[in-house]
This record gives sequence, structure tokens and C-alpha cells, in this order.
Amino acid sequence: MANPIEQFKIQPLVPLEIGGVNISFTNSALMMVAALCLITAFLTLSVRGRALVPGRWQSMAEVFYEFVANMVRDNVGQEGRKYFPFIFALFMFVLFGNLLGMIPYGFAFTSHIIVTFALAALVFVGVTIIGFSRHGLHYLRMFFPHGAPLATAVILVPIELISYLSRPFSLGVRLFANMTVGHIILKVVGGFVVALGVFGIVPMAFLGGVTVLEFGIALLQAYVFTILSCIYLHDAIHMH
Amino acid sequence: MDPQAAKFIGAGLAAIGMIGSGIGVGNIWSSLIATVGRNPASKATVELYGWIGFAVTEAIALFALVVALMVLFA
Repeated sequence: MANPIEQFKIQPLVPLEIGGVNISFTNSALMMVAALCLITAFLTLSVRGRALVPGRWQSMAEVFYEFVANMVRDNVGQEGRKYFPFIFALFMFVLFGNLLGMIPYGFAFTSHIIVTFALAALVFVGVTIIGFSRHGLHYLRMFFPHGAPLATAVILVPIELISYLSRPFSLGVRLFANMTVGHIILKVVGGFVVALGVFGIVPMAFLGGVTVLEFGIALLQAYVFTILSCIYLHDAIHMH
Repeated sequence: MDPQAAKFIGAGLAAIGMIGSGIGVGNIWSSLIATVGRNPASKATVELYGWIGFAVTEAIALFALVVALMVLFA
């Protein structure tokens, strides 16, 4: 049976090294560049005609734009509009990252904890900085809900603090775990299909269903990552 | 005890943690179905929250699975 973990191995395609630091161009980096190229090509080429009544491609690009714009407006409010470019870039990057992993022989760069944690940490640090720059030290009131008796502060503040600090971890691990586990399941069941020969038709049917589920999860996880970022942004801007 | 055997037992124990997530996901869909049953007009509003709730709850199951895989393979 094939080793399910081997598909996540990072392979350097162009080995580069500067002063002992390994900065080779890897298959993960190739997928990220491919995602960027696809996103840019899709968004710029499809609206090149700038038709008032959009054709098929322009409609698709507008659907993506409106989807994220509505998400930002509903969850962050009017002041959140200046953060729309960041949220849109985040959504498209994670979405295309997840979807590129579904291509056979492709590689999901979001299936590595360092990538997802970096994105989640970026959101967390950004949101914290926005909160402090907007409210000053008053932002620390976030950890002590308004109207709670002062005696409970001893236990409430640490709990709130821990729950706030766990946000980047849960955000990053959620995306990483979903992608990794999905691909492991695909690999293991694929191994069964090959191993069973003729009776492999049964795991093949299951594999079809799981592949559809994986596409759904790719879309859903990108959406959940983005909407949780919007919710954290809302908390920082509007302070509960 | 043989470390390989201990790894298998540990992975099995870690996977038990998914029970909670299974109950949670079932809860979400049952509330969703009951809500849409009582008020079919609210389907568009609550459906979105159903998907978000499902993804966040599912993440807990995957945290348990990640622990199991870490015990098995690292």
C-alpha cells in the first residue's frame, strides 16, 4: 500500500542556497506561483472587455468580487471596506491553493502547517495592530466583558486571553488538518482500489464520492478561513 | 511494551476524541433541519451559518485526528 504521507514531501525543483540558508524553488513555491498566475489571469483577462452586461467570464469574476465584498460588508461593516483588498487576496489565495491540490499529481500548498500558520498569524497580528491603533490601550478591555462582576475577573481574564491567543492556531490548524486529512484519505482509498484488482470498483465508487466531498471542503475551508478573519476584524474594530 | 505497539494504541486512544465532534455536527444539522422545517422562509439565512458551524466543529475532529497521526508517524 502506498505511503500516504509521502505526497506532502517538499521537493526542491531549483536548488538555491545563500549563506547556508536553503531558499530553493520547491514544488510548493511552484504551486503558489501557479495560483497567483491563475488568479491574476482570471481576474484581469475576464473583465478586459468591461461590458456593462457581463458575459460568462466577467460574470464569474464579478461573482467572486461580490461574494467577498458582501462578506466584508456584512461582517465588518462600512469601515471594513478599506480591508477588502486584503480579505479578497486571502480568500482567492487559499481557494486556489486548495483547488490546485485537487489536480492529479498536484500539490496543495495549504496542506503544510507552516503556510497556513503564516497566513493565520498574519491575520492575527494585523487584527491586533488594528485594534490597538484604533482604540489604544482601551483595546485591552476586550478581555474583560462589560458588566461582569469584578470578582470574576481573576478567572475570566486568563480564559479570554487564552481564547484570544489560540485564534491563529485554530485558524491555521483547521485549514491544514482539513487539507492534509482529505488528501490522506484519497491516497489510502486509492491504494485500496489498486490492491483489490477487479473488486476495486467498490472503493472506486467511494473514492468518487470522497473526491466530490474534497472539492466541497476546499471551497468551504477557504470560505471559513476568510469569514473567521472578517469576524476577528469586526471584533477588533467594533470591540464586541 | 514495544514502541510500535504503543504508537498504535496511542493513535487509537487519540481518535476517540472525535466522538464529541460527531455529536456536535449532528446537533448543527438537526437544529438546521428543525429551523427550516418550522420556518421555510429562513432557509437562505440559516443555511450559511449551518455551513460555517459545520466547518468549525469538524475542525475539532481534525485536531484529534492530527494528534493521532502525530502519535503514529512522529
